[in-house]
Amino acid sequence: MNLAVSLAAETNESLARMSDMLIYSSMAVYTLAFFAHIAEWVFGSRSKVGRTAAELTATARAAAPAVTVRVNQGGSTAVLDKPKVVTRSGAGTRDVPDGPGAAGGTVKGDLYGRIAVSLTTLAFLIEAAGVIARAFAVQRAPWGNMYEFSTTFSTVAVGAYLGFLLARKDVRWLGLPLMTTVLLDLGMAVTWLKTPSDQLVPALDSYWLWIHVSTAIFCGAVFYLGAVATLLYLFRDSYENKLATGGEPGSFARSVMERLPSAASLDKFSYRVNAAIFPLWTFTIIAGAIWAGDAWGRYWGWDAKEVWSFITWVGYAAYLHARATAGWKGRKAAYIALIAFACFLFNYYGVNIFVTSKHSYAGV
Amino acid sequence: MSKSTTTTTTTTETTAETEAHDLGEAGSQLSTAPREEAAVGGPALGVVGWIRWFWRQLTSMRVALILLFLLSLGAIPGSLIPQTGADELKVQNFKRAHETLTPLYERLQLFDVYSSVWFSAIYILLFVSLIGCIVPRTGQFVGQLRGLPPGAPGRLTRLPAYTTWRTEAEPEQVRDAALAVLKGRRFRAHTVKDAVAAEKGYLREAGNLLFHIALIVMLVAFAWGQLFKSEGGKLIIEGDGFSNTLTQYDDFKSGSLYSTDDLAPFSFQLDSFTGTYEKTGPQRGTPRTFEAAVTYSEAGGADKKAVIRVNEPLKVGGSKVYLIAHGYAPVVTVKDGRGKVVFHGAVPLLPFDNNITSTGAIKVMDGYRDKNGKKEQLGFQAFFVPTFAGAGKGDMFSQFPALDFPVMALTGFHGDLRVDSGLPQNVYQLDKSKMTQFKDKHGNKLAQRMLPGETMTLPDGAGSITFEKDIKEWASFQVSQQPGNGLALAGAIAAIAGLSGSLFIQRRRVWVRAVRGEDGVTVVEMAGLGRSESAKLPEELADLALTLHAQAPTAPEPARDPAAEPAEEPAEADPAEAEGAEK
Ligand code: HEM
Repeated sequence: MNLAVSLAAETNESLARMSDMLIYSSMAVYTLAFFAHIAEWVFGSRSKVGRTAAELTATARAAAPAVTVRVNQGGSTAVLDKPKVVTRSGAGTRDVPDGPGAAGGTVKGDLYGRIAVSLTTLAFLIEAAGVIARAFAVQRAPWGNMYEFSTTFSTVAVGAYLGFLLARKDVRWLGLPLMTTVLLDLGMAVTWLKTPSDQLVPALDSYWLWIHVSTAIFCGAVFYLGAVATLLYLFRDSYENKLATGGEPGSFARSVMERLPSAASLDKFSYRVNAAIFPLWTFTIIAGAIWAGDAWGRYWGWDAKEVWSFITWVGYAAYLHARATAGWKGRKAAYIALIAFACFLFNYYGVNIFVTSKHSYAGV
Repeated sequence: MSKSTTTTTTTTETTAETEAHDLGEAGSQLSTAPREEAAVGGPALGVVGWIRWFWRQLTSMRVALILLFLLSLGAIPGSLIPQTGADELKVQNFKRAHETLTPLYERLQLFDVYSSVWFSAIYILLFVSLIGCIVPRTGQFVGQLRGLPPGAPGRLTRLPAYTTWRTEAEPEQVRDAALAVLKGRRFRAHTVKDAVAAEKGYLREAGNLLFHIALIVMLVAFAWGQLFKSEGGKLIIEGDGFSNTLTQYDDFKSGSLYSTDDLAPFSFQLDSFTGTYEKTGPQRGTPRTFEAAVTYSEAGGADKKAVIRVNEPLKVGGSKVYLIAHGYAPVVTVKDGRGKVVFHGAVPLLPFDNNITSTGAIKVMDGYRDKNGKKEQLGFQAFFVPTFAGAGKGDMFSQFPALDFPVMALTGFHGDLRVDSGLPQNVYQLDKSKMTQFKDKHGNKLAQRMLPGETMTLPDGAGSITFEKDIKEWASFQVSQQPGNGLALAGAIAAIAGLSGSLFIQRRRVWVRAVRGEDGVTVVEMAGLGRSESAKLPEELADLALTLHAQAPTAPEPARDPAAEPAEEPAEADPAEAEGAEK
């Protein structure tokens, strides 16, 4: 081995070590963000919480609009001179206002929430730097094995969440569940899935890797956010059902559920997220097929990975259908979405670990 | 940006049905999805009635949903049980290991899930349902395109987005202005009685239909490809060539409608194969590059050079040539007892581990005579490692895939190779039933570990075998011809385009009603309705309202007259609370 090569190898080694350091650091900061979110939930007062019951039990009011959207004035004339747009929920949904968020509408809780988001942003930047350092260390796309998938996956999920926040979407309620799973994901990555940085086998070495795997990871991260929202929708929906039928939820359930957006909003959020990413998932599968055509001489061979991508795809198609089918909207459609996401997860962990497939990578 | 304000209100639960009644014609036909019908009981109309009923069930959304479920469920076993189409060897191992399960699995076609009767039944039913769904939907959609959006419902306040104001402009003036504004934004709009009705987003439906049609195109392309495909494998040693005729293949598979006349006329020669491997680090030995340099020519054409890599097949004459595997082919020379060369050539050996520890057979079929001049055949079993661990160090397995320290162990046999017995023979294995192993002078089995250039002498003047210094590499190729790929790709692109249209475009209606109120002042009401709820709908309505408002500004507030107020206007909420609620 000549000198230049060994020098390069050494830089790569130190970059790889740096990447590991950064990933560990991001875990530390995510942990702090996790505790800040806990503080947000704990210190957010419950005084403003508990309005849903009032909404659902007050029967005197007529079918008046739930939300008013005031049109931006653009300056000159007085507010009342302009038309106001009134919106109401669609057919078959309850007109219930969204909860105030994890902070419960209090200043103290909100402060912790803001701290949590700042820490999440910091951890995201560190983790992203870790992923990028890894890419430079191995001198290829950092998606050659499960360790690398997992770190990129959580980076992208957090990035998507921060993107929603940046777009002023009301998603801070996602913070705590997201931090929990990001820590789980990273924990598994560094303990079980860790592989030393190395090159790809030639079969994986193609520009389709960049296209196919990056979109796959992105789809997974966004589907994940959709799945969390779907799960919360199911909880919140049964909570609202309980209240509407005169039930008395426990104080803990009340405190948690009251802060979440209404079931209708959660349902809408998860639908939009899942629907928006579905075409990209379709593209991901097609890109994979084209790649397989180049690498293995057939674009579709019913390999385990291909089968489970297909199952996931059909699952989400079924979900979109269910939402357009009478009697399948709402909870049933939500269950389908969760099953589809479970298929995605199985494809990721299950197929890589338990099933022998052409798609087995260098080290795990 | 608009600001959302939560006001405390409630509704008694409105069900989809009452809603539909309220909106009447206006809310209908915002898509071409089949109408749901209560599936209770069959018709009392005889055979034709039953067929019609069955057809309507098959093409309903509910059955489509169930079939989608079954399709994904049915795909699962194929990912867990070895499949003949993917890995024949694994299927055989499985069958050997599970003797009780095998007959059951075979009956259920679980080794060929994706071509099984039941799996085919599911997707054929699904696609029949799909066609049965698309045809009427397309007709309906064309009808909707020809028609005009339905007139405004009686009470606009019931719609998901609503706004109102009073203006001094004349009602006709407002309607004309609204018509112009809506048409300017590419709504299809017309005036019905006292209101303007407008609709936009027809591309959503078009996209949805395109998507479903593209699914059919993809299925047809896939089936076409299966029926007309061909796939053959060929192992080639450096320096050797191949021409694309059936007899030259080591193995060949083709679809049921394929004719071997369709084999594209071309030939190629493997000039050299290069493999490099990671030299250090924890993944030492992991392959880095595999490259096969070839010279090829199409029927009657000039020679061209190309490099085939793992992800880069050679495209020639409508076929693709893929690099599939590689290994070593040591060159050996066999001489008989009189010193005559009876065999000289490279013998491809099959690797069985990642470091290319390989085995194979060297068969000398003709020309050999033993020391007594008797015709015989020779066979050698070869065990080859490209990188030897060193004598006395561990076992005979290779330590590294490159040719760093090649060593070959040979043991020889003489007798009848039984190649003429008519039975198909594995070229990598010896049939030793009619062979006798050479023994050394102590009576032990003759075996020798050899370095390149070394010779093993056979006992009793039976000749010799030399492991030449020149070690060649071989590569195996798959030559595939699969028609329908272009069609499948076109279908896939159309599917994604259609899907994006279907999911990202909102189909929505807007109505603008302008009537003279009791006090003589014009009341403008605007409302919007979308197929699915979207935050964009109120935003768009607000935007439209603002534009229209510029042409029909708010009239000065009259003496408060509750009768003139449009019904159910909500109270403005306290801005402070609005701030809190937004978080
Ligand atoms: C091959 C299986 C099928 C797949 C993969 C599939 C997939 C999809 C997808 C992903 C959507 C979502 C797009 C959207 O919401 O606009 C959709 C919508 C739709 N599909 Fe299918 N579909 C299949 C078969 C069918 C069949 C058999 C029918 C007829 C019964 C059908 C009728 C519809 C309708 C009416 C919509 C639009 C729903 C709406 O307006 O929201 N599909 N389909």
